[in-house]
Amino acid sequence: MIAERQESSEGLTIRPDDSGHSNAREKTEGTGSVGTEKLTPELTDFIIRWRDKPGNLIMVLHRIQETYRYIPRAIAFQVADLLRVPLARIYGVITFYHFFRLKRPGRHLISVCMGTACYLRGAEDLIQELETLLGTGLNTVTEDGEFSVEAVRCLGCCGLAPVLTVDGQVYGRMTKEHLADILAKYGGQSLSAK
Amino acid sequence: MAFKKFVLVCGGEGCGSDLGTNLCDAFRREIRDRGADQDTQVVRTGCFGFCRKGPVVKILPDETLYVNVKPDDAAEIVFEHVLRGRPVTRLRYDQEESRRLTRLEGSAFYHKQFRIVLRNCGYIDPESIDDYIARDGYAALEKVLFEMKPQDVIAELRESGLRGRGGAGFPTWRKWVFTKEVPSDEKYIICNADEGDPGAYMDRSTLEGDPHSVLEAMAIAGRTVGARQGYIYIRAEYPLAIKRLEIAITQAREYGLLGRDILGSGFDFDIELRLGAGAFVCGEETALIASIEGKRGMPIPRPPFPAVRGLWGKPTVINNVETLANIPVIMLRGGKWFGSIGTATSKGTKVFALTGKVVNSGLIEVPMGTTLREIIFDIGGGIKGGKKFKAAQTGGPSGGLIPAAYLDTPIDYESLGALGSIMGSGGLIVMDEDDCIVDVNKFYLEFTVDESCGKCAPCRVGGRSMFNLLTKITKGQGTDEDVDQLRIIGHALQKASLCGLGQTAPNPVLSALRHFPEEYIAHIRDKKCPASKCLDLVTYYILPEKCIGCTLCARHCPVNCISGERRKIHVIDAARCIKCGECYRVCKFEAVSRG
Ligand SMILES: Cc1cc2nc3c(=O)[nH]c(=O)nc-3n(C[C@H](O)[C@H](O)[C@H](O)COP(=O)(O)O)c2cc1C
Ligand code: SF4
Ligand code: SF4
Ligand code: SF4
Ligand code: FES
Repeated sequence: MIAERQESSEGLTIRPDDSGHSNAREKTEGTGSVGTEKLTPELTDFIIRWRDKPGNLIMVLHRIQETYRYIPRAIAFQVADLLRVPLARIYGVITFYHFFRLKRPGRHLISVCMGTACYLRGAEDLIQELETLLGTGLNTVTEDGEFSVEAVRCLGCCGLAPVLTVDGQVYGRMTKEHLADILAKYGGQSLSAK
Repeated sequence: MAFKKFVLVCGGEGCGSDLGTNLCDAFRREIRDRGADQDTQVVRTGCFGFCRKGPVVKILPDETLYVNVKPDDAAEIVFEHVLRGRPVTRLRYDQEESRRLTRLEGSAFYHKQFRIVLRNCGYIDPESIDDYIARDGYAALEKVLFEMKPQDVIAELRESGLRGRGGAGFPTWRKWVFTKEVPSDEKYIICNADEGDPGAYMDRSTLEGDPHSVLEAMAIAGRTVGARQGYIYIRAEYPLAIKRLEIAITQAREYGLLGRDILGSGFDFDIELRLGAGAFVCGEETALIASIEGKRGMPIPRPPFPAVRGLWGKPTVINNVETLANIPVIMLRGGKWFGSIGTATSKGTKVFALTGKVVNSGLIEVPMGTTLREIIFDIGGGIKGGKKFKAAQTGGPSGGLIPAAYLDTPIDYESLGALGSIMGSGGLIVMDEDDCIVDVNKFYLEFTVDESCGKCAPCRVGGRSMFNLLTKITKGQGTDEDVDQLRIIGHALQKASLCGLGQTAPNPVLSALRHFPEEYIAHIRDKKCPASKCLDLVTYYILPEKCIGCTLCARHCPVNCISGERRKIHVIDAARCIKCGECYRVCKFEAVSRG
């Protein structure tokens, strides 16, 4: 039982080459299938530990997103069972809070701060330049599944505005000119060469 | 082990957390390799507030401040300064300012500041409870437990005049009395660390730099009102603050300062974290409570106030991080002392995140009653690039724009309210001549429309209409009637919205119509954007009398819409120009103009 779970959880670790998988998932979602992810034993334990605490849902969703980087539909179903709450409530919460994602982001997630300090210091230009470099807009994934760009509210580093993060690493005092180099660091050479 | 020297490395995430870590490691390595680790300690502290120059390193006891320090600089600083006592002038802060002020408290940035809330930030290792205790940490809790009755705590708070720092400025003692007086088997203390104002990070720095101060204050609140459980509701976007709070809670439990029978007093109190999930409205107290309860964060009408009916229907005190961080100091030094700082109605200090077009952006703490001019020009060093000050916005999306004419207003809750702004939680954004007031108004309304929970029609519909009107004006299609409409809808929102988000959403626009009517007139009647920010109202052209035909602009134009031969006058094809401003930036002869 446990071995089986581990197996499926392994299949979930996000690898550079699993972009095709994400496309396939997108399609199957359209036809009503819910995907095949299974909760890892650690997550199951976590949920059971929190099950009787009031107000647990948001904390559980955080933990799930930490693991999968978004909230897979199959997992939402299992959470509903374990916590004994209706699926509709889970989706009600996920869709209310900006932090939770329903789609798998690219392998590297670029978050550009659009808080006031960053806005005044040219954050919009950064987003535009990223769109040009990556050939894809906000909240979408590049064709190769490598990058996605999202706009976020203040990251709390306003003294360094404009700021962006790549996979959580903070880059401050950004200008358009820095972006190609940063993408290259994360394996985006072909893009910056364009 | 007694250390004689300390190397304090700023560890706020403002400098990029791993930068700080690398720096710390570099110093530790150097000091160990040079055999100085017996008497020199490297401490990773919270944010010094001086983010523009980060990462910052300070050497104690002589208080030399080094700025923009890189890991490669560690060797030189350790060898020259720590071992031989010769400061490295190349990196020392005073060098650039060409002033002979080397001491932290002596430099212009810190001169007008007064630190109560940030008393420990930058001085202690936030991951060490011993450091906190060494600076009188938990002494206030001990005093409250063994020497004071709950009514003494209230009396002290009342005398201090402390008001909520989360925005509204409600007297803290009154909130506590409400909850204290309600009989109930359970009561709760909530720390609001949601910090939703985009462009503000005061609470984050306090939590990262001095997490125990908030825990201590929550325990004091619990003892006073009769609560045994506290929650800290913190933004998920602040991973470092979350980590440090978790460490602090664990340490406090180990030391018997949280948990059962605290210090043998018979008082039980514990604290748990709850994470926010990126919804601005969850900073509002009833929405926050709904969110801790695991629901969508929708506000509910008040009364009943949370002080009486809050979390899970029980009486609940909700205080902001900064409000709480003041409380241990008030208990130790007395309400009278605290009340002697500030203005008639607003006591103590206020922390601001000073950002935007100011030279020294960073975190500052000043006594209430300090003027905006002192903050922006003395502490902040004035406007970047020698440009002209246009406006300052306090209170973020709920606040208003303050023009140059009011720079000398002493800041307190009432004076800012009279100007059509609010104190807010401490965001202070400075704008210069390149910023367009209408565009900034639109930016904030886009934010509030996006963050509206949609529960009540005034906010849901009215906010959207205001945003559409502003968009129309920035496109050059506005009319005088649109301005009347903005006013009417704005006033309706203030009156009819269910929660503070909708009630304050029109503040930026209404304050701009009052203080900057000329900017609206320029957009509407002259179809011009004075700051050249609203692209539909800007055209780029080359002044024939100034152009020498150097071709630079043509080579930089991303859409190749500038034509002209070498040494001949160049021309922009306005139909194809995308108004990127590149030509304006690169021309060395001021031959490109816009308007
Ligand atoms: C839309 C909205 C957002 C708010 N955001 C915050 C916030 O981020 N942090 C905060 O401390 N208070 C915020 N408040 C104020 C809280 O509702 C509440 O008044 C405050 O936490 C009370 O603490 P205090 O009395 O210590 O200021 C917000 C209010 C509204 C209406
Ligand atoms: S004012 Fe806005 S945010 Fe507040 S309850 Fe109404 S719709 Fe929701
Ligand atoms: S850069 Fe200036 S001077 Fe040179 S061609 Fe362009 S407009 Fe003329
Ligand atoms: S503003 Fe940009 S697009 Fe227009 S002419 Fe200048 S460089 Fe070309
Ligand atoms: S506004 Fe971008 S980090 Fe605060």
